[in-house]
Amino acid sequence: MKQFAELIRTIDGTNKTNLKVAALTSYFKVASDDDKLWTIAILSHRRPKRPVNTTLMREWATQISGVPMWLFEESYHIVGDLAETIALILPTSNESSDKSLSQIIKEIIELRSKDESDKRDYLQTNWLQLNYYERFVFNKILTGGFRIGVSQKLMTRALANATGIDKDILAHKLMGSWTGENTTFQELVYEDNEVAMRGKPYPFYLAYAIEGEVNELGDVSQWSAEHKWDGIRSQTIIRSGELFVWSRGEELVTDKYPEFQKFIDVIPDGTVIDGEILPFKDGLIMNFNDLQTRIGRKTVGKKLLKDVPVVIVAYDLLEWKGEDLRDQPFEKRRAILDQLVLDLNKKEERLSQEEKTPLLLSETMSFNSWQDMSKERDLAREKRSEGLMIKRKDSPYLVGRKKGDWWKWKTDPFSVDAVLTYAMRGHGRRANLFTDYTFGLWQDGELVTFAKAYSGLTDAEFRKVDAWIKKNTLERFGPVRSVTPHHVFEIAFEGIAPSKRHKSGVATRFPRIVRWRKDKPMEEANTLDDLKALIP
Amino acid sequence: MSDALLQFTKKGIYCKPAGIYLDPWQPVNKALITHGHADHSRWGHKKYITHEDNVPIISHRLGDINVSGVKYDETFSINNVKFSFHPAGHIPGSSQIRVEHKGEVWVFTGDYKTEDDGISTVYEPITCDTFITECTFGLPAFKWRAQSKVMEDINLWCAQNHQEKKTSILFAYSLGKAQRIIKHLDTSQMKIYCHGAVFKMTEVLKDQIDFPPFHLITRETTKEEITGNIVIAPPSAHGSAWMRKMVPYVTASASGWMTFRGARRRRAIDKGFVLSDHCDWDGLLQSIDATGCENVITTHGYQEIFARFLREEKGLNAISEKTQYEGENLEEKESEESLKNDKAVTETISNSSVAP
Repeated sequence: MKQFAELIRTIDGTNKTNLKVAALTSYFKVASDDDKLWTIAILSHRRPKRPVNTTLMREWATQISGVPMWLFEESYHIVGDLAETIALILPTSNESSDKSLSQIIKEIIELRSKDESDKRDYLQTNWLQLNYYERFVFNKILTGGFRIGVSQKLMTRALANATGIDKDILAHKLMGSWTGENTTFQELVYEDNEVAMRGKPYPFYLAYAIEGEVNELGDVSQWSAEHKWDGIRSQTIIRSGELFVWSRGEELVTDKYPEFQKFIDVIPDGTVIDGEILPFKDGLIMNFNDLQTRIGRKTVGKKLLKDVPVVIVAYDLLEWKGEDLRDQPFEKRRAILDQLVLDLNKKEERLSQEEKTPLLLSETMSFNSWQDMSKERDLAREKRSEGLMIKRKDSPYLVGRKKGDWWKWKTDPFSVDAVLTYAMRGHGRRANLFTDYTFGLWQDGELVTFAKAYSGLTDAEFRKVDAWIKKNTLERFGPVRSVTPHHVFEIAFEGIAPSKRHKSGVATRFPRIVRWRKDKPMEEANTLDDLKALIP
Repeated sequence: MSDALLQFTKKGIYCKPAGIYLDPWQPVNKALITHGHADHSRWGHKKYITHEDNVPIISHRLGDINVSGVKYDETFSINNVKFSFHPAGHIPGSSQIRVEHKGEVWVFTGDYKTEDDGISTVYEPITCDTFITECTFGLPAFKWRAQSKVMEDINLWCAQNHQEKKTSILFAYSLGKAQRIIKHLDTSQMKIYCHGAVFKMTEVLKDQIDFPPFHLITRETTKEEITGNIVIAPPSAHGSAWMRKMVPYVTASASGWMTFRGARRRRAIDKGFVLSDHCDWDGLLQSIDATGCENVITTHGYQEIFARFLREEKGLNAISEKTQYEGENLEEKESEESLKNDKAVTETISNSSVAP
């Protein structure tokens, strides 16, 4: 635990990527295999299941620190992190534990089956035996959400440095549904057998948004464009007669979409398709909100299957007949994919919509000029896409977010001017600062809440708004404060649809702050009717 | 509260029977000043009364003002109200103000801390009926380690940077925190360089306190001279072009706010040292206990939360009052800018109050 806590402290104590990688690399060189495995697991969000809920943790922490519960809650809102609050509030300790990380995790796993008083004793004893930072790390393992500025990419780089294994190969090995409990470090990192790799997705290739003018990309004939669909990016694997569907967040979602089981019968073994899961009915793409109803469900009922059927709109082919195609040019990969889907569609021409295999092509387009491509982008809203993806025709399928070969060229967002009405303190690096805002639009002389937004202002602007909020609070509701309506902000968002779940009757996609309209008095902010007029 | 000995008015804390204000935030005729930080000693009063050690400080900050100095424990009366200044331990020359009238005693703490920092006269608890206390760090999450331990860490960090041939830039308030750090830095291997604001203030305090040698960074100072040494700068210098001369450097901030991981991370500072010139949670509670007071008025900080705790857990008659003091602000601005800022804030408040 000492070693691991020290690692986290070092990483947390710097914002320089090189220092983080260096710290992780030297840790990976000296730590035991079990500790390494659990470190990778924790940093890739595969922590052990929570053995106690946080309500109990709060209660037990207040018991030994003599702090009343309400005061603990107030402190938590200000500190902005539960693990940190508990570590701070407990009596000061200068002890330090000799237990290893894997030992602590083993105990935490065993704790799950214990009764409540044993759990309490375990936590309270350990809290008092750990120093401040070890305590914080211990609590983080218990409560989850280890967000300390170490991306998967960064960790993979360090592990590659320490082991000498290529980082792209490591990235592939670290994908999938392994946990610290069902594998070993040796197996995960060094073994290369087919069984271990069978259900594993390839690392996704992600694009950056285009910078500057699109024509700076050069000769338009080198580029292929397609619409950027607004669903769930996914990877569909058919190997050894079995189907695996992965979301971009590395979640195995096969069971949520039973309609894809058909793939096994019509697509040859050894195929991996990169595509978008979209709600699709009567030949039309439905709204993203419709897909929301399916995302949350573990099992899907008949009615939902009928109301919100899904398809995969295929973007790319990563594996064909068991062969990894990622090094091949995009055009070549697409030619095979296009043939596969066209043959399938032809074969199923006579079948009804419900009987067809739910696999479509994301159409690739070539243009004679950037202007022509731009015209296609203007149609995005109509076609229910978010804009265009531009891919170099000879590009390989890379690992992670890379610049150069693939670019996102989204449509310009919608925007309205709204009034700040409520504010909440942020978390993490925004702890103790009011950065999470609620915005209202006018309707009959009142402000109706329409969106929350957390991003878009600079740190300096956030500090100014924060100071203003603290001086202009009307009421406090736990962590939330209502403020004097006064400030107007321009809010941008990607999509808009009617919604029964929202008070305003409108749901917006990815709202964020574009700028602080200091020039606008709040009376001139937009009305709810203005917003509704934007619904296509 | 209309006949209370000290009242919270829109100009500041007012003692009506004596016709005098304590640390007022708007210009008044007569002001008693606890200490030299900009939010407590503002510009524009006709007469300032403060501790004698604070006189050179506020004269340096505010220029040509009408100020007289008193000693600790020295009593003076205005209209039968007895006033005296007592050590607050916050920064050099900082005081609590004791006010006595018709047998009733009030104490206003200004800003204070209980630990001996080696440069300020040590805080003394004063028995009173009503205690007006700041509570910048009035949450149980704030617990300070002993200064000697924190300074050990700071010296170790500087030595490590020195070995790696990097300059250590420490951000600290130019009045108080900067001198506290300078006083306890290990200069056996390294030299101390100062930003102009820090240098000038330390020069002012040199007559009262012994410091190890410290140097001003001027246009003539070369990069080579500074490299591997220690630089003390106000927080506002962070990210400014001025820092270019120090490359390669590592940055640290010394403040009570560094308790929170988030506070350090959002400022993109490499290292945070928890070192404050205010009381921590236990310090506040012990001080209140030691005054034997029945009434507590909590000001700047987590005043509502802290007052509720004192009522519910300590059985004290505690309320909170709004002031315009800022406590330990991580974004220290130097005097002129800070005055402008105050004006802007006041304007924003009055603007927003006319809004529906």
